[in-house]
Amino acid sequence: MTQPAALCPSCGAPILFQWSSSVQTTCAHCRSILIRTDVKLERVGVVSDWPPDSSPIQIGASGVYQDRAFMVAGRIIYDYDEGSWNEWHIVLNQGASAWLSDAQCQYAVTLTFAGESLPALASVRLGDRFTWNKVAFAATAITQARYRGVEGELPFQYWDKQEATFVDLRSTGGDFATLDYSGSEPVLYLGKMVEFDALRLKNLREFEGWS
Amino acid sequence: MTPLEPPSPPGAPRVETLACPNCGAPLAVRSMGRAVTIVCDHCHFILDAKDPRLRILQRFEAAIEEEVPLIPLGSRGKWRGADYEVIGFQVRAMIMDDITYNWREYLLFSPYKGFRYFTEYDGHWNDASVVTALPEVQADSARYLGKKYKQFQTCFAKTIFALGEFPWQLRVDDSVEVADYIAPPYVLSSETAGNETTWTLGEYVYGADIWKAFGLAGLPPTPVGVYENQPSGLRASASQIWFTFAGLFTAIFVIFTLNQFFSKQEQVFQDTYAFSPSSTTEPSFVTPEFELKGRTSSVEVKTDADVSNQWLYLSYALIDEDTGQAYDFGREVSYYSGVDSDGRWEEGSPHDRVVLPSIPPGRYYLRVEPESDARSGAMRYAVTVTRDVPVLGIYLVALAVLLLPALLISWRTYNFEQMRWAESDHPMKTFGGGQ
Repeated sequence: MTQPAALCPSCGAPILFQWSSSVQTTCAHCRSILIRTDVKLERVGVVSDWPPDSSPIQIGASGVYQDRAFMVAGRIIYDYDEGSWNEWHIVLNQGASAWLSDAQCQYAVTLTFAGESLPALASVRLGDRFTWNKVAFAATAITQARYRGVEGELPFQYWDKQEATFVDLRSTGGDFATLDYSGSEPVLYLGKMVEFDALRLKNLREFEGWS
Repeated sequence: MTPLEPPSPPGAPRVETLACPNCGAPLAVRSMGRAVTIVCDHCHFILDAKDPRLRILQRFEAAIEEEVPLIPLGSRGKWRGADYEVIGFQVRAMIMDDITYNWREYLLFSPYKGFRYFTEYDGHWNDASVVTALPEVQADSARYLGKKYKQFQTCFAKTIFALGEFPWQLRVDDSVEVADYIAPPYVLSSETAGNETTWTLGEYVYGADIWKAFGLAGLPPTPVGVYENQPSGLRASASQIWFTFAGLFTAIFVIFTLNQFFSKQEQVFQDTYAFSPSSTTEPSFVTPEFELKGRTSSVEVKTDADVSNQWLYLSYALIDEDTGQAYDFGREVSYYSGVDSDGRWEEGSPHDRVVLPSIPPGRYYLRVEPESDARSGAMRYAVTVTRDVPVLGIYLVALAVLLLPALLISWRTYNFEQMRWAESDHPMKTFGGGQ
């Protein structure tokens, strides 16, 4: 799956793409944020200091979601009032891009879901009910998040954001949905809450003194 | 965005030495950047763990005497297959009917599995985690992942003492509404502050198991009374035992009915005798032989006597002619009647019937020795022998044997549930309580 190396336009380190559809990556050496335009890489910024981070997931980790193997390719880190959380960009074995979120070790996997009519942010209140893909959801959290940083490969350009608002929704059956209001149009992500053990994660980060 | 010098790789845990900005005491940070608030265990000020300078969020004035956590902060143990460390402790209070009840919560952290809580009230422990699916509140219950939880109580609770670190904005004296729904050994709890509700699912656990898992010295506190989601300790629930009872009862009933249906009820002997108690001749005699055919079966001996304000006692022996094996039994037939100030009365019956449960086939005769009050006049009586009659007694015994454990377990369950629900907002109706 690894693509031929390109060189970082900033420091000259080799850049490997794990996933052919990646649009953006970060240089592991100098932390430049790089955008892929055809064959060339363009440096658009640099990642500021990462927050103290405790996610056990890391780029290169692998796992299983609904009988499909996945690999972790990148992430976006957000800050909010109750700390920070990670949206890990995962690539499922047939090439689909999905997100594994780790918010205080509550894990959820979601995929973009198009074709539903989505509410305007201003109209959403906690407890509001929506039915998407035949699943009834209720809004359980509206989060003002601050973009904190990126690492690794992402399926879109994402580097010049400041603030984003997310609405989290849950169903009675363990389904999870997020409405992402960071762009001009809302984007819906649908998926499931998942137990850590069910993800069967491999190549996790190691914590000193913990097994 | 300003370029920075190459940072440490994100994979390495940061070891930060922190000091309390109020008293300067060193702070232990255990949850690797997941903490939102941290409480100095020296001066108890509540600090903002996300602020590098640890801004003071709340000056702590303990409403109660300092509490010492039974499980010290920093204790590690293996719980449900993963290593956990105790990183936070808080004492919470609820006020009901002017009485304050305190309970304690221990926050546990695993860098992989995240947070869970041990709660302790009067020696009763629960192992709780935040739920993954959304519970539905119904009239007097809540439904979570297809299971129904009965509403137990609703109250306002606040934190009155805290130590260590927490992944949320913790403040002493902030009040939340707590509602508990139970399906022992589970308790589903909602905590509502403002318009946000957090649900946790707890399971009743035993202090001894926690002490063992975390290698704690001494003994856990002894539980007092019955807790809201404490399992009754009976292996079978009352409904399970009654379900089993119903099954076995049906089986017995079917066997009884079949037995009744297939009983041949074959009369093998009948004769009528006269007995004069005043006579001096030897009263005992033997009957002619009769044959009990077929398989080993029950034998019924019926006595019908024309006693009237008299008694007749018959010493019977059913004797196998070939082996000499005798089955001895005595029957009394007595019947009295009359009229007094309350009207007509009667006592006893002129008819008697006895069933010998299991008699092998063969040739038999009866030896009969009648006896009565010497002053009584002559009486006549008929003796009828019938083989293969339905036996009721054994079924009644079986029924009693089955009924006994069911009743016992129901009674123990009832008492246990009474004690459980006595603490609820919705106490149980008692027998004859007339609620």
